[in-house]
Amino acid sequence: MSYEPVIGLEVHLQLSTSTKLFCGCLAKYGAAPNSQTCPVCLGLPGVLPVLNERVMEWGIRVALAVDCQIAQTMKFDRKQYFYPDLPKNYQISQYDRPLAQRGHLDIVADHAPKRIGITRIHLEEDAGKLLHEASQTESYVDFNRTGVPLLEIVSEPDLRSPEEAYQYLIELKAIIEYLAVSTCNMEEGSLRCDTNVSLRRPGASQFGAKVEVKNLNSFKAVKQALAYEIQRQAVALDQGQRIRQETRLWDARALRTEPMRSKEGAADYRYFPEPDLVPFVIDRALIARMKATLPELPAERRRRYQDAYQLSAYDAQVLTQHAALGELFEGALRCGAPPKPAANWIMGDYLAHLNAKNREPESEKLRPEWLAHLIQLVDDGTISGKMAKDLFVQTLERGEDPRRLVEEGGLKQIVDAAALEPIADEVLRKNQRSVEDYLKGKTTAFTHLMGQAMKLSKGKANPQQMAALLKRKLEQVPS
Amino acid sequence: MPVGDLASKTIHELRHMIQAGTVSPPEIVDDLLARIDRLNDSRRIHAYLAVDPERIRRQAADLPASARAGQLYGIPITVKANICVAGEETSCASRILEGFRPPYDATVIERLRRAGAVLIPNANMDEFAFGSSTENSAFGVTRNPRAQDDRVPGGSSGGSAAAVASNMAIAALGSDTGGSIRQPASFCGVLGLKPTYGRVSRYGLVAFASSLDQIGPLAKDAEDAAMLLNVIAGHDERDSTSAPVEVPDYVAALRRPLKDVTIGLPEIPSEGLDQHVRAAVDGAIEVFRTLGVKTVPVELPNIDKAIATYYIIATAEASSNLARYDGVKYGFRAASGGSLTDMYLDTRTQGFGAEAKRRILLGTYVLSQGYYEAYYLKGMKVRTLIKQDFDDAFTACHIVLMPTAPTPAFRLKEKLDDPLQMYLSDIYTISANLAGIPALSVPCGAGPDGLPIGMQLLAAPFQESLLFQAAHAYEQATDWPSRRRNWRSGNAG
Repeated sequence: MSYEPVIGLEVHLQLSTSTKLFCGCLAKYGAAPNSQTCPVCLGLPGVLPVLNERVMEWGIRVALAVDCQIAQTMKFDRKQYFYPDLPKNYQISQYDRPLAQRGHLDIVADHAPKRIGITRIHLEEDAGKLLHEASQTESYVDFNRTGVPLLEIVSEPDLRSPEEAYQYLIELKAIIEYLAVSTCNMEEGSLRCDTNVSLRRPGASQFGAKVEVKNLNSFKAVKQALAYEIQRQAVALDQGQRIRQETRLWDARALRTEPMRSKEGAADYRYFPEPDLVPFVIDRALIARMKATLPELPAERRRRYQDAYQLSAYDAQVLTQHAALGELFEGALRCGAPPKPAANWIMGDYLAHLNAKNREPESEKLRPEWLAHLIQLVDDGTISGKMAKDLFVQTLERGEDPRRLVEEGGLKQIVDAAALEPIADEVLRKNQRSVEDYLKGKTTAFTHLMGQAMKLSKGKANPQQMAALLKRKLEQVPS
Repeated sequence: MPVGDLASKTIHELRHMIQAGTVSPPEIVDDLLARIDRLNDSRRIHAYLAVDPERIRRQAADLPASARAGQLYGIPITVKANICVAGEETSCASRILEGFRPPYDATVIERLRRAGAVLIPNANMDEFAFGSSTENSAFGVTRNPRAQDDRVPGGSSGGSAAAVASNMAIAALGSDTGGSIRQPASFCGVLGLKPTYGRVSRYGLVAFASSLDQIGPLAKDAEDAAMLLNVIAGHDERDSTSAPVEVPDYVAALRRPLKDVTIGLPEIPSEGLDQHVRAAVDGAIEVFRTLGVKTVPVELPNIDKAIATYYIIATAEASSNLARYDGVKYGFRAASGGSLTDMYLDTRTQGFGAEAKRRILLGTYVLSQGYYEAYYLKGMKVRTLIKQDFDDAFTACHIVLMPTAPTPAFRLKEKLDDPLQMYLSDIYTISANLAGIPALSVPCGAGPDGLPIGMQLLAAPFQESLLFQAAHAYEQATDWPSRRRNWRSGNAG
């Protein structure tokens, strides 16, 4: 039987403000355990939270970027549960009056544009981290992460396939990167994602029982886990079973979901308004200021690339997925590179390099003018296309301007006829057999001679010139 | 000078003496410590949980020259055991925080230090301020120094009130969530002010019910209370609920004539109201009339719902605020070999007293799914109505006057096994916390057995000046200092 998957996503985003949500502690990742704590984030008796307004501003920027309505007044609530990584045993979050609601995000999946609703965006504090490895008998708590600002972005159940969910995440991540409010690093936990999925018969108006899937450590895992869950639920439904509303964990090694060990009864978080923080009236002027200073977002940039540079929809899509790629592209253009070759270099050799090294574009130190110089070196015939590929790798590895590399390493092509002559002569002298084959009409012999010539010149000979020179000399050989 | 003479003085008296050079801060502290040494025994008044004379003497000896200009230079100020003093045990009279020494000062403590005060920490209290008798202290009761027999000092700031009343303190800080400053002030015959919510920073006050808690002074007269409020009041960036409202000079306002002031007299629930209390308060009203004050009847139609509302909101917040005491990070942890849940359960079972458990359970219940709307949400609505009642009343008068407590101090154990009776002793004080308005308890008489009786003056938000002004005028009209001395009897010996 066929079913329609109904998918919703909850994304938790750590905002990379320099300090925490409710105290002045640094929020840097990777510091020594408990070195970034104070009485407030440790929840000592008598302390009080004070909102870091920068967090609210950044939250507003994200909300505006996905066309959300910003609340007139937002408030905080306590979400209560006992866990050792939560020093107050409640988390300050937002329940019924979040920062923003009712937005949307546009994706393209299976070549069709689709608008995905965003239910709400709210602020909350992160919890600490339990460390179990240090001892067999004891667990330790690192409170550095406690109070780091989180933005929770909840989508409507508008997604209908794992691919749509994947595209939603890619687009959301691109937007966040453009806004530069989070590092979006799933390994370090600065971006976390949970998903809800249920199945229903096509055309049905009611939703099926939904299953929440957690422990998704990459976008790929989201896609895989959803595909698995959809399959699992479909098989169960086909067998006449009912789907249990539950939380399941993705096992990335076994590639399957497992039910989470259920706690006694349903969790009752006993939300109530945080009495230590008064409701915040959000200044309309602040929103206007945030709106006016929003950077160009991926969708706008895509349109511009297609219109201004005649790039294909696909090229524009690839170049705008990371803010850094677009910046590299446009930087190269400003340095005189023509659009299409610049796009090709980035989408081809550059992305391949990043993938091979498993690096993010932000972490790479390729300067736009270097890319422009490289393209220019090929265009003016200084180096061959093949040399350019090697030179590009060297540029990345050594972090140097290709122009300088060419000059320093004598990589410049030999276009000087006087310099090419002795090379050609030597090749002909040392490869009598090929010369004879060629003269007998075996044209493949020429390829061999050409290869030898390039080798002897250490790849520096201008191939067109060398070919012409070799042919001229072969014609002169007395037969 | 006889021992205890300095300790019996007011802040303003001592300040004049220090300025005149007739007494030094170490001398004051020595006299006070001698008095504490004599009376603080757990079989006697027991106003302090622990006193470290050396640390206190060192403070007095080491007062920086820069503090000389401070309004409280060299004046000892007693601090309730739920206000954090860096390095001093701040146990809230609970086993679960036994031995906890905060690494930081509460904002009020910083302000006292800056004003040159010498801090006397650790005044006894009901555990986490849960109670009206100080009998819920995990470390022993405090006795009412004014009583001939064993009576409660009131609570929860019973230690602070008893210390001031017995001259084991010059003045003190307490905290008031539903009457915890005013009711013990009334029982012990001292002044006690619950300021407007947001007037004094709560940073460093161990939270009971965050939307109701306020720190305030307990003092021997209105001028002292005003001096203390001058120092501790004001906006604090570390407390989002503290109000950015300018602090007037409360002492300067004190002597303004009580002209054109109207006092509103509400009809209050009279069930359980002691006839001597009624008589004393009526007497006080007469005094005000002779001072030319007009009185008008006012209505507070929802005041009879105050206790029910309070015990929903206060316990809800308390259940949440006390969740952090779990044995993981600080304070008491039960020796428990089992699971994490066992550790939580054993720690909290052994660490909290009966009243704390009762309130945690009640608060957890009213916030639970399916009950939230019926209790907490409804409670918040009634709270708004009570606030509206006072807003309306203050359009017709400047000050509302009523008893502080329905009875004078009751006997030890008299109400300990009857929580509802105990809760009723806060019937007149709770509304001010729900409405967020300032309220001052002023001694206005005594019953036949000499037990003090207090009247309560309430005003619109941030009108503390008016309350001090009325109290001061009353003091002047009633030969106050001699009366105060007449009360020095009973347990205080």
